[in-house]
Amino acid sequence: MALALIIALPFLGIVLPLWLERYGRSACAFGAGLAPLAALVLLLWQRERVFAGEVIVVRQSWLPELGLDLSLRLDGLGFLFGLLILGIGLLVILYARYYLSKQEPTGRFYGYFLLFMGAMLGVVLSENLLLMLMFWELTSLSSFLLIGFWGYRTDARQGARMALTVTGGGGLALLAGILLVGHIVGSFELSAVLAAGDTIRNHALYPLALILVLLGVFTKSAQFPFHFWLPQAMAAPTPVSAFLHSATMVKAGVFLLARLYPALSGSEWWFYLVSLTGLTTLLIGAFMALFQHDLKGLLAYSTISHLGLITLLFGLDSHLGAVAAIFHIINHATFKASLFMAAGIIDHETGTRDMRRVNGMWKYMPHTAALAMVASLAMAGVPLLNGFLSKEMFFAETLEQHLLGSFYWTIPVAATLAGVFSVAYSLRFIHDVFFNGDPIDLPKFPPHEPARYMKIPVEILVLLCLLVGMLPGYTVAPLLAAAVSASLVGNVPEYSLAIWHGFSLPLLMSVVALVGGILIYSLRKFLFRWYEGLPAIDSLLTFDQVIKGVILTSGRLNRLLENGSLQRYLALMLGSVLLTVVVALVPLSELGGSVPRSPVDAYTVLGMAILAVTSALTVVFHRRRIVALMILSGAGLMVALAFARFSAPDLALTQLSVEMVTMILLVLALYFMPDRTPAESSSLRGTRDLVLAGGCGTLVALLAYAVLTRPYDSIASFFLENSLPGGGGTNVVNVILVDFRGFDTLGEISVLAIAAVGIFGLLHGLRLPHPTFDYFGRPWSGDRHPLILAVVSRALLPLALVVSAFIFLRGHNLPGGGFIAGLITAVALILQYVSLGVPWSQERLPFSYHGMAGAGVMIAGLTGLGSWAFGYPFLTSSFGHFHLPLAGEFELATAMLFDLGVFLTVVGATLMILANIGHVSKGEAGQEVL
Amino acid sequence: MEALFAITLGIMVTSGVYLLLRARVFPVVMGLTLISYAVNLFIFSMGRLATGAVAVVGHSERYGDPLPQALVLTAIVIGFAMTAFTVVLALRSMGEVGTDHVDGQEPTE
Repeated sequence: MALALIIALPFLGIVLPLWLERYGRSACAFGAGLAPLAALVLLLWQRERVFAGEVIVVRQSWLPELGLDLSLRLDGLGFLFGLLILGIGLLVILYARYYLSKQEPTGRFYGYFLLFMGAMLGVVLSENLLLMLMFWELTSLSSFLLIGFWGYRTDARQGARMALTVTGGGGLALLAGILLVGHIVGSFELSAVLAAGDTIRNHALYPLALILVLLGVFTKSAQFPFHFWLPQAMAAPTPVSAFLHSATMVKAGVFLLARLYPALSGSEWWFYLVSLTGLTTLLIGAFMALFQHDLKGLLAYSTISHLGLITLLFGLDSHLGAVAAIFHIINHATFKASLFMAAGIIDHETGTRDMRRVNGMWKYMPHTAALAMVASLAMAGVPLLNGFLSKEMFFAETLEQHLLGSFYWTIPVAATLAGVFSVAYSLRFIHDVFFNGDPIDLPKFPPHEPARYMKIPVEILVLLCLLVGMLPGYTVAPLLAAAVSASLVGNVPEYSLAIWHGFSLPLLMSVVALVGGILIYSLRKFLFRWYEGLPAIDSLLTFDQVIKGVILTSGRLNRLLENGSLQRYLALMLGSVLLTVVVALVPLSELGGSVPRSPVDAYTVLGMAILAVTSALTVVFHRRRIVALMILSGAGLMVALAFARFSAPDLALTQLSVEMVTMILLVLALYFMPDRTPAESSSLRGTRDLVLAGGCGTLVALLAYAVLTRPYDSIASFFLENSLPGGGGTNVVNVILVDFRGFDTLGEISVLAIAAVGIFGLLHGLRLPHPTFDYFGRPWSGDRHPLILAVVSRALLPLALVVSAFIFLRGHNLPGGGFIAGLITAVALILQYVSLGVPWSQERLPFSYHGMAGAGVMIAGLTGLGSWAFGYPFLTSSFGHFHLPLAGEFELATAMLFDLGVFLTVVGATLMILANIGHVSKGEAGQEVL
Repeated sequence: MEALFAITLGIMVTSGVYLLLRARVFPVVMGLTLISYAVNLFIFSMGRLATGAVAVVGHSERYGDPLPQALVLTAIVIGFAMTAFTVVLALRSMGEVGTDHVDGQEPTE
């Protein structure tokens, strides 16, 4: 509970600064600080349990099907990070109160800030990896909002966009990586993943999973070659840089390295990928930092370099390396956050961060200068400060590895070189800003010390640097021990936090770094001149060009595929379907199955031959539309016969009546369309289509043959056995429709009604020109309602209705039912329209077809609801046998009522469709098509 | 029998797909109709082809599989609704843009 509250508090606290903003900045900052403070107290409450080595895990099931649970975990590592996030976060909240000016939307700033804080706490306290990933993405998003806080500035917008693109892309890779890890382990819970290190490393997918996870880590922690976003993110307000881009968010990547260390490390892949990336980043960061003239730019590259150092330590793949890495995470967070705050104070007081102009600040702000100098020295790794201790451990570790074979010495040499540059840029920070003559042309002059409370956060952090540096055993030791033991799952190596280890090689490396750094700094004028001569790489420009290139390429691809021709899309789609199915069917070794083939008889051969020939002829004659339509109706009738032949009388009846309605529909439509199709397909396109069509046909034929000749097992017996006792009818097909699968049928008649209403809507207000001549120029017959047809159809109507009623009533026990009866009624009624015209028929058939279709769906639905009244589930049917004098015994089932609903819907919908197409003709009044 | 049935289905699908790829609405609708015939037959045949095995209890010694039949029955009716919708959509688009080309404009070349 406490765990969930620690994460939830910052999120809940977002409202406080927004509400308190109206009472001024102090109240606003106070409101912002309340929630993190409470969370910090809660976290410290757990201290003893965590330091005792306990892993506190709470689980709340959320989406168990996806393996996503709301499970949280607090161990030493999470505790350490939680402490950094909340502790430094509170200091930055205090600092930001004085950093932001009165005009700025302080409430919004703190709102974003708390959003980020909650997300970051979520990352470090999640037990479920998917949950962690969700918070991970949230940190990217809130970082975007914070970098872009000054959205009116171009650099802020560009920096925010770049950071989001890079870290968001990395987040996607991480998602894929974590899904793979979850797939390998079978669980997304950290406890399971950490225990499955060997399974993961021995799995074939391990390299892929590792690379994907590392992509997430490297983008987030600004490792080469993804480091470029961090300097651009310096467009953020300095409190944001101090918190997100030095102490916390960029540490999320290395946090993940520490977190997954037992699961992923311990392989050559890990060593080469992580250590070489770290080494490159370390060197490039340290080198570039020296040449930045922007104060924050220097700090940004220095951060990149230190993150590289931490990554390298993890990559060395020794337990002591991990200890040093975690120790350096703590130390870097303290000294770098304080340095950023100092840089912010200088920027705030002088109006610029250009080190070529900001000089001699010692005279104007000695207090700030002293604090910044101590922090810089910690960054340089000077003894008695915390940076020295972890750097010394780092040097010692670089000497221990032998993985590069005879080139093992390159790593310590490169590390020392990076140390040299690190001393040089630290010196530059001190000397250039606080000494080095007088300030040049400052926007604000003279600068002075900032507000008293603005310095308090810096003082606290610098004090920590000193305390840890001088008395590590009494300050940081238990915290470090708990974090290390959590990261390494108990395999804690022997290590010593002593300041003095005697005269050793690491000490020599430190001395070389210090002396070399001073030397390099004294030669800076030459170096700067040399650097100016180098070809400049503008990362923003390059990034823009890459993005533009991507957009251009995707646009080109898009135009290539999407040229506006539906025929082409369809051909592409069918081609893909063919390809997919063929690939899926390749493993099928034998086409025919084991079932003995059934014998062929002459009638079936004849029927099938007619079906095939009519289908083919429809294509041959397709440009003469009316002819093709007649041939097509022949195919439809043969389909009905096929159903009848293969023991499906219900289907045969349905197909027969639907065939009639469809033909009436198509003839009606054809009335408004040209009755010839122009020849316009090139022979190339014709061939392409023929190949595609042939492919599809062959595939269907093979598939059908393969399935039909294989044995099968069906659930039919259930329906056959239960039809009579359970549904009260012998016609199993009908009982399935109205009873077993009644809910499906309800859905289907609803679709039918909706389609009819849609058609009604489409036809509303549509007026099409009335053709007077056919293709050959012959006028249409003037005899609109031939007498014989009119007479016959009028006589047929009552007969048809009786047949329909008969079919309907017997449907439960013999072929028939609501669908078929509905279609027969519809055909009989539409015949009246055809033979006698719309006005005549409408006068005599005063039904609203909308109402009829609606009533049908209603009746069916209410029948279903009715069973609720008797305490049964939806659509439970009941039936009984009744005895009437004269009529004898008969059966009544609620399913019959349901079938009545089906009947009404079918009649209503069909007539709504056909009768409405009947009067869309343009022309003189009364000229109806029907 | 199985081979005969399969070949017929293949011819129906070939004709249907070829018509589906034409440039004018009417052949497309005819193609759709042919394909839906074939698909209905295909789904129906998944319950296997049997003669003299009507699924009415007490009317024969063996019964065909009623489930695909029930599925196909509604499919036929819904298929009609779909065809009608397509046709009316085509009519409407003819009324709006004045052509029955599937792309809504006469080819330029």
